[in-house]
Amino acid sequence: MDLKILELLQADARQTYTDIGKHLGVAHSTVYDRIKRMEQQGIIKKYTTVIDAEKIGLRNLTAIMTVYTDPKESERVAEKLSQASEVLEVYASLSEELQIIAKVVAEDQNSLHAFIANAVAPLPGVLRIRTSILTRRFKEAQFSIVSDRKS
Amino acid sequence: MDKEVASKILRTVPREKAFYFFTSIGNYTGASASSLKEFMERINEVNVKSVEFHLYRGDFEKWMEEVLQDVELAGEVRKLQKFNLAGDSLRNQLYATVSRRLKRLTTQFGLTGI
Repeated sequence: MDLKILELLQADARQTYTDIGKHLGVAHSTVYDRIKRMEQQGIIKKYTTVIDAEKIGLRNLTAIMTVYTDPKESERVAEKLSQASEVLEVYASLSEELQIIAKVVAEDQNSLHAFIANAVAPLPGVLRIRTSILTRRFKEAQFSIVSDRKS
Repeated sequence: MDKEVASKILRTVPREKAFYFFTSIGNYTGASASSLKEFMERINEVNVKSVEFHLYRGDFEKWMEEVLQDVELAGEVRKLQKFNLAGDSLRNQLYATVSRRLKRLTTQFGLTGI
């Protein structure tokens, strides 16, 4: 039941408890109780709005930045990157060298470069940086219960 | 110019004001310079693509003017853009320009360069 509720919420988080209850053939109070419990347990982290930043002209450029770091400083580099509004996602990667991989957005190439040169390169422990500017998106999806259960 | 101004140009700047060498947008080489002397040394070491990238974007002159506050050197570096140099010829010219300036400032005012 919980998974079905989550599946419906992922499709449209604005639908009412009554709508969800009708879909599942249960009372809206049941849906309410289960959703509240999942919120309290942190299973449902938040309800948000997915914005196409390109369409509103705020972010025209997305890049994947690989930051090679001194292992002693990598945690701090990742934390600093996570605080920047230009950075959408931050990951650590295990390879021969320790890498922090981040998804970065900027208005244009100059803004991207200025951000990396002024805010990333000077961070202690940053050894070098490789950045790939993304030119075309073939797929972008959030984790979905539906696709996970099908596979 | 007096000794105080020369000392300011030759000082070591904090990490966040250093010059960071990139070869293209977002691709940091790992080399940086916190003083004019260090900058001169890096010119000879970094990938020549980095020298080309920054010179024609006007990054060197901007750093020299805004951070080191050496307007004269910034002007000399800006002039190099007109010669359309590339590769080691550009590196050598830039090195010579910075080296001349460094020598002039250190010998004229009896400073060390750092």
